[in-house]
Amino acid sequence: MKALVSLIAVLLLALIAYAGASVPGMRLLFGVVIPYAAFIIFVVGMVVRILKWASSPVPFRIPTTTGQQKSLPWIKHSIIESPSNGLGVIARMALEVLFFRSLFRNLKTQVGDGKQVTYGEAKWLWAAGLAFHWSFLFILVRHMRFFIEQVPAAIIMIEGLDSFLQIGAPLFYMTDAVILASVTYLFIRRIGIPQVKYISLIADYFPLFLILGIAVSGVWMRYFTKTDIVSVKILAMGLISFNPSVPETIGVMFFVHLFLLSVLFVYFPLSKLVHMAGVFMSPTRNLANNSRMKRHVNPWNYPVHVHTYEQYENDFREKMKGAGLPVEKE
Amino acid sequence: MAKLPKPEELSKIDLTPPKTDWMDTPVVFKEGMFCHGSKPKSLEIVDFPNPREWRPADADWKLPENWKEILLEGIADRLKKYRSFRLFMDICVRCGACADKCHFFIGTGDPKNMPVLRAELIRSVYRKEFTTAGRIFGKMAGARELTVDVLKEWWYYFYQCTECRRCSVFCPYGIDQAEITMIGRELLNLLGLNIEWIAGPVSNCYMKGNHLGLEPHTIIGNLEYMLDDIETVTGKRIKPTFNRKGAEILFVTPSGDLFADPGTYTAMGYLMLFEELGLDYTWSTYASEGGNFGFFTSNEMAKRLNSKIYAEAKRLGVKWILGGECGHMWRVLSQYMDTWNGPADFLEVPKSPITGTVFENAKSMKMVHVAEFTADLIKNNKLKLDPKRNDHLKVTWHDSCNVARGMGMLEEPRYVLKNVVNNFYEMPEDTIREKTFCCGSGTGLNASEDMDLRMKGGYPRANAVKFVAEHHGVNMLANVCAIDRATLKALMEYWVPSVGVCGLHELVANAMIMTGEKERTTDLRGEPLPSVQAKEEKA
Repeated sequence: MKALVSLIAVLLLALIAYAGASVPGMRLLFGVVIPYAAFIIFVVGMVVRILKWASSPVPFRIPTTTGQQKSLPWIKHSIIESPSNGLGVIARMALEVLFFRSLFRNLKTQVGDGKQVTYGEAKWLWAAGLAFHWSFLFILVRHMRFFIEQVPAAIIMIEGLDSFLQIGAPLFYMTDAVILASVTYLFIRRIGIPQVKYISLIADYFPLFLILGIAVSGVWMRYFTKTDIVSVKILAMGLISFNPSVPETIGVMFFVHLFLLSVLFVYFPLSKLVHMAGVFMSPTRNLANNSRMKRHVNPWNYPVHVHTYEQYENDFREKMKGAGLPVEKE
Repeated sequence: MAKLPKPEELSKIDLTPPKTDWMDTPVVFKEGMFCHGSKPKSLEIVDFPNPREWRPADADWKLPENWKEILLEGIADRLKKYRSFRLFMDICVRCGACADKCHFFIGTGDPKNMPVLRAELIRSVYRKEFTTAGRIFGKMAGARELTVDVLKEWWYYFYQCTECRRCSVFCPYGIDQAEITMIGRELLNLLGLNIEWIAGPVSNCYMKGNHLGLEPHTIIGNLEYMLDDIETVTGKRIKPTFNRKGAEILFVTPSGDLFADPGTYTAMGYLMLFEELGLDYTWSTYASEGGNFGFFTSNEMAKRLNSKIYAEAKRLGVKWILGGECGHMWRVLSQYMDTWNGPADFLEVPKSPITGTVFENAKSMKMVHVAEFTADLIKNNKLKLDPKRNDHLKVTWHDSCNVARGMGMLEEPRYVLKNVVNNFYEMPEDTIREKTFCCGSGTGLNASEDMDLRMKGGYPRANAVKFVAEHHGVNMLANVCAIDRATLKALMEYWVPSVGVCGLHELVANAMIMTGEKERTTDLRGEPLPSVQAKEEKA
């Protein structure tokens, strides 16, 4: 049901763009006004969100230690899983952000016959997650060619890597297949695993369909309708140089693609997708396990009521003396 | 109290979620799954709000009229104070990696025990009250109104989480349900919604220095019994000191070990070890608690209780502090104490007077875990050990959650263990070290009225013990945690009756040859040593 609502929402959005861009006067709206607005909302929204997180302090040093602490010199210390300094933290974060280290640990718990609980390998979520995020990044970088007059060598190299299979014309990009497959897998898993289905919200299905919509419309343009990419580049260059114009030769499917992307940009800072920035700020991962070596300061630490030794001794003086304990006041 | 079902029944677990959406599935308080509500007196002693008689099973919780306002202000306040809280409210993608990592979920099959859903209980209210999307789209955006039923759901499930952090190990963003539960419980405490098994020990600890409420003469009396037993076993009379000014080291350990077995055997182990070393140390009756049930209540309460350790160290003029075997105690000490009540600049960097080793890893907070201390002793050949005395034991090691995931002390106790026993077997690798399972009774849930919950929550731990018991004949579950020693005993009696429970230093003391001791015929529990048994069998 929640999945269906999300699918319908994305289809409706696509339809709006399709119908809208078919009206000649609306092309400026879909090609220029909405993308600009979406981009501004994205940037401002993300900055606000990050500032909001940053404005709350980290009162305590609370890394989740997943390896041996640094203690006695002859005990092998786990530099990455329980980092004792900034370098270790950087390594830990790099593994987390680039390779999804924690997700790699995933296990499937089975209670099975009621006699033995077992823990099986469960790397599919990790693999699909990694495939999805990396292909998304590749695709994003490839698209930079539209915004730069002289396409830099780095982008050409990435394109070359991505199309090294040398199939079809235009050349087939592997990442296109990977993103479609991984997003589809992430969706199937969400409805296929009962527990994951149970915890899923519309907010979990919607971005999946939205990204799927963006990918499908892009693939459609590249391999099937063969959009006039020269005019698309004119539009993109116009946007980036603040001198926008919308060439008549751009097909309607492009506006569907661009509009869904704009929706993603607007949706991003308002949703769980902020995990992109949030992952860097997680105090259980980005702090060194050194709170015994170096005092961590809590900016809002305040004095509290305590029961002092003096009060304690007043309560128990006679009993203490009876038990032969030293007292401060006789 | 409902009768605890048999293990065969309890181990039939169905992980299939219910048909109705979780927001439309009202919370049902099941007998045996929750603790008694806090008593007014326990709250009054520490000036906590809304002290009154109440029962969790009652419809009317006698909340203050403006309860909702108090809670929402409480949430707003904590969003400002804790980046962790704000971040963890925003970034979860509900990938479900944490879902089947929680011992309470594995043991109950209740979907609200999946860490992600436990967090959603509070996140849904956060969305409604603190986010634009939640305000506009409501339920569509996963937002819901804060009602009395929601509040009850919070209470029920935040007291079905032991803050063990296992979920956090698997979360791709490091979202830590322990952090969310801690804040959830803090919020509940704003309305006087604690459990007595926590509130009682907290007020005891505040007034008398320890959770059990042992008064100074009782502490000494309890230790005297242990000293008698030590004399029976070793022929040596030990005379520890209390509240002694000018000692080099202050020793602080959980009070549970002064009260009931098998913890008392661990305490006897400390006494014997320190005696053998000739350590210049003192116990304190004022700072007579290493653990901190305040930590299961609120940040402020935890700090109030914790303050006694540094204050007493300062008053007695010791050089540094040695801490006993405990789990959550060490999360508090390693990640909170110095921040709350430091800097402890009146102390010196801990240095073992026996080996000269300087504990650089504790150079700011100035407190050393006794397992670190003993590992260093053994490495430097300062102890005469005869591990054969423990040959009647086949031992496995339980990593306590907080020590593993909130400190990273994994190898020190293993090193000690391997030197004092000959038969050591690890449990399956997905159930130890950073992936260790909770005893199921941590964070103050070790009461007697919630036995169903405890046995269910401890099921994954017990199951792994059962595995090594069946495959290697393991008969002893060793650990460095006072709550473990108290709770695993009941857990083993229920699930794996052939396995006993002990602390690390009980095994150390059994193996340690003391200067001038008589020939030992029994271990600390009064059971004949393997060598004696063998002789008897020959005869």
